[in-house]
Parts: sequence; C-alpha cells; structure tokens
Amino acid sequence: MSENNKEITVYNYLDYLNKKILMGSKCKKCGELFAPPRRLCSACSSTDVEWVKMSGKGTLAAYSCIGVGSKFFVDKGYSMKRPYCFSVVKLDEGPMISGQLVGVDATKPESIKIGTPLKVNFLETEVTGDEPRIDLGFEPA
Amino acid sequence: MGNLSRKIALVGAGMSKFGQHFPTKRNPDLWIDAWINAVENVDNGIEPKDVDACYVGNFTADLFNHQGHLGPNMANLVGLTPKPAPRFEGACASSGIALREALLAIASGVHDVIAVCGVETMSEVPTTMVTDALSAAADTTYEYPAGATFPGLYAAIASAHFHEYGTTPEDLMRVGIKNHENGKENPYAQMQQTIKEIMESKKARLISQGQEAPEWKDEIDFLSSSANPYIASPLRLFDCSLITDGAACLFLAAEDVAKKFTDTPIWITGTGQGSAALSLHDRNSLTSFIATREASRQAYQMSGLSPNDIQIAEVHDCFTIAEILAMEDLGFYEKGKAAEAVKNGESKRDGALPINTSGGLKSKGHPVGATGAAQAVEIFKQMRGKAERNRQVKINVERALTHNLGGSGGTCVVTIYQK
Ligand SMILES: [Zn+2]
Repeated sequence: MSENNKEITVYNYLDYLNKKILMGSKCKKCGELFAPPRRLCSACSSTDVEWVKMSGKGTLAAYSCIGVGSKFFVDKGYSMKRPYCFSVVKLDEGPMISGQLVGVDATKPESIKIGTPLKVNFLETEVTGDEPRIDLGFEPA
Repeated sequence: MGNLSRKIALVGAGMSKFGQHFPTKRNPDLWIDAWINAVENVDNGIEPKDVDACYVGNFTADLFNHQGHLGPNMANLVGLTPKPAPRFEGACASSGIALREALLAIASGVHDVIAVCGVETMSEVPTTMVTDALSAAADTTYEYPAGATFPGLYAAIASAHFHEYGTTPEDLMRVGIKNHENGKENPYAQMQQTIKEIMESKKARLISQGQEAPEWKDEIDFLSSSANPYIASPLRLFDCSLITDGAACLFLAAEDVAKKFTDTPIWITGTGQGSAALSLHDRNSLTSFIATREASRQAYQMSGLSPNDIQIAEVHDCFTIAEILAMEDLGFYEKGKAAEAVKNGESKRDGALPINTSGGLKSKGHPVGATGAAQAVEIFKQMRGKAERNRQVKINVERALTHNLGGSGGTCVVTIYQK
C-alpha cells in the first residue's frame, strides 16, 4: 500500500473509509489486530503498529432493528414504520466492528440470525452541499 | 487496592418526586426538593454549616438544558457557598461516581461531611434530542454512524444474550412487571402503576373510543402485542426506562461526627468502580459487563462480603436486559441463570433476593445523572425500615448493594451498605 506511512489516526481511518477501503492495524511486536485501527497497541503498549487492509468479511455477532433512531438516521428517513438494523460484526480476522446491516428485512427482526456470514458494504450518505460520505455497512454474503 | 481509612456513614438521604416536571420544575427546583427531603431524613437534623463540600453528579445539563458548571450552582442554592463543589460525569453513573468520590475524600481526612447531589432534567428537549444526547454516552466516532442509540446498544446486547443463553422476550417482560409492582408502592416514582393496571386502562380507553376490545389474556400477552411497539428489537417500549426529571441528595459523614446526626447510621463498607471500552465492538464479551465485574470485585473485597451475603440490591435496569446482566455480573447468579430466578420470583419483594424494591429505573424513573444517588435513597429507607406504603421488605436488612452503570456499561460503580 503506497500510503502505508500515514499516521494511524481516526482522520486517516475515515479517509480510507471514504475511499471504500476498510483498514485495521496490527501490532508488529505482539501481533494484536485492531479494527478500527489503533496507533498504540492496547495489548502490549508498543507503538510499532502498521496499517493492514481488512477483508471486510465476517459474521453477525449482535444486532437490533431500531425504530426510534438517532437524529442522523431519522434524517435519512428511518422511523418506527421503517426501522434500520444496527449490527456488531465479528470480522474473519478476529476483531469486532459496528456497522449498519443492509440487505435484510429490518421490519422482521426474527428473520435475522446471529452467525450469518456478512460482507462489507460501503454506504454512501448524502450530506447537503458536500461530497457523499461513506459509512461502514455490511450485508449478507 | 487499599481500604477506606475511616469508617463512613450515610446519615441522611432523600429525593425529589421523579417524573416529567419541565417547565414547572427544573434542576435548581428539583435539587432543592431533594435537599429538603434529605434534611428531613437526618434524625438529629443537619445544617449547611455542618457540611464541608457539595459533590454533584450530572450527565449533561450542557446538552439537556444548555447549562454547564453545575457544581457551584447547586451548592449555592442550598447555602453551601463558598465550599468546594465539584461536578462528576460518567453518563448515567454520574452521581454514583459523586458518591464514591465523596467517600474517598472523607476517607482521606480532608473532609468530614459531604452532601452528594444527583440531578438531571431531561424533558426540556424533544425525544429525538434526548436520544441524541444519550447516544453521546456511547462511542460517537464508530457506533453513532452505524446507527447506535442507547436502547439499540442494550438491544444488541439482548440479541447476543438470547443467542448465547436462550433468554427470551418474556424473561425481560417479567423484570418490567416486577419493577412496576414495586414502583406502584413508591410515592416518589414516576409511574406508580402495575403493568396490569396500565393494560386495563388501555383496554378501557380503546373501548371508550368505540374500538374493539383487545383480547389480552395477561400482562405477557399485552406486552407481546402491538400495544407495546419495538423501540429497538428485541426491546419494546416497556423494556425501556423513562425520560425523567429528578434529583437526589445524600449526606455522608465520617465515623467521629456521624453520631451527631443519628444513632442509627448506615455504614458504607465497600466501594468499587470499573471501566470498559465505550464501543461494544471493542469488548471481549457482548453478554457480560467487565466494568460491573470489576467494580463489584473491589466492593466485595473492601467490605469482606460475598454476593451471597447481600440481602437486597438496587441495580441499574435502564433496560430490562440490564437487570438480567447485573444479576449475573454481580455474582448473584451464574451466567445465563438470572432469567430463571426472575421467573421463580426470587427478585420480588418477598423473594430470596429482592431487587429494585424502589421500582427501579423502569418504574421509579431514570433522570440519568440522579440515578446513582437515588438508588442509595432506597437502600437507606429499606435498611432503616422506613420504605413507604407496602414496599418495605419483611426481613431486617443488614447488608445491601447498589449497582450504577454509565452508558452501555462503560462505567460501573458498586456500593455496599451495612448496619
Ligand atoms: Zn502489541
């Protein structure tokens, strides 16, 4: 990866995300993996940590179909009648990460099963007067 | 970890009525209500000159009321100017932290008597803004863009608990039914109605509107119906605590001065606090709170007690699933076994381990920053045999516990009380 010397910061992680790349980080000393990435290894305190690209594949660990959403999601048109699915995903590489789960029927939460294989779906969100931003999403694989 | 180097007593405790008070009452009014109520509960009386400092717990008057810097403000209203008046923030554990820090300050010898204030007015802003302000206690960078809300995070925890232990929506409903039965007996509670009474009044209203009478067999049937919509599946409206305004006040005193205020002090013998990553995805377990396990480990060790010694507890049931998790993480029950205990009635007022005799956050209400202090108010009353109406437990309570969570388990404070 050509930009691999970029500092591991929230900003640079989100910058990758906006280019539809899901990045994590790996501690070169103890091997711990982080996604979202961390610059300081919270397992062994090493700062010898490098960017790693995540496969975006994983399984569903926890979820909720949310009817009373946050303002951000209410503004996107979600409501009690049109819930969205918040999910915690266990990535195949090990770490867990949060994302909106799409491609499922959020009006039928019982139809969604923990353990379902998922793949990343980079969701474009229109922000008025700006470039669309990318939020992390997943869908059934 | 060391011990408290002085014995410390809870010598007075009181609270405002919990409910939606805005605009008739706001933080200053609710705090004065709580202060007056607590002063009345000090056997030999207490005056501002007896108090060395005012420790204030509040989550976010900044977002709810556009008011920061609450410490000196609250202290001034009750005549404590110019004494120290710090404010503590740990989301819904804010006044649990204020209580703990007051204990540590008295133990240090710097102060002898501290007034602990918990206060929050949530109903000033519309529900969407309450939801947004509360979600600020979760991770804003990664969880919020994924759609996380406060109920949504606990709902995700519930989905994992259901999957791992076979817990069911009905198990959660039984927690709510039990807490409403207690809240009915608490004159300070926001909802002083049982689920059965709520069901009957809903039925009567539908009939009076000329609609077909719903055929709800019992409370579980009612709670499983569309009359109880999903807020965040699997959590429905009646799995969630309320939007509440309220305040609570505690008076803590070092052993050498406590006898001036009362002949029957409640000793605080254990305090513990734990933390966890804000994001659920950054934790090793989705079905157990490491902050609760750590806070309770410290508090048990300090008091020399074990989970089996606890006779009653007030636990942080911001959502019904949270009470199940607390019962397990505090060591009262093995993982996956709490739901069965609730079903057997063990956590009812006359059960083996009464939990949330106050009605809990579910029925008493949850003015987030006031909750930790309000839990101690219930323990104070129960241990002195002074709980109102029909909710005094029949046993003589010698050992009790409070469990106060912040956010989705990022902070936990556990406190142990003994006679
Ligand atoms: Zn490392």
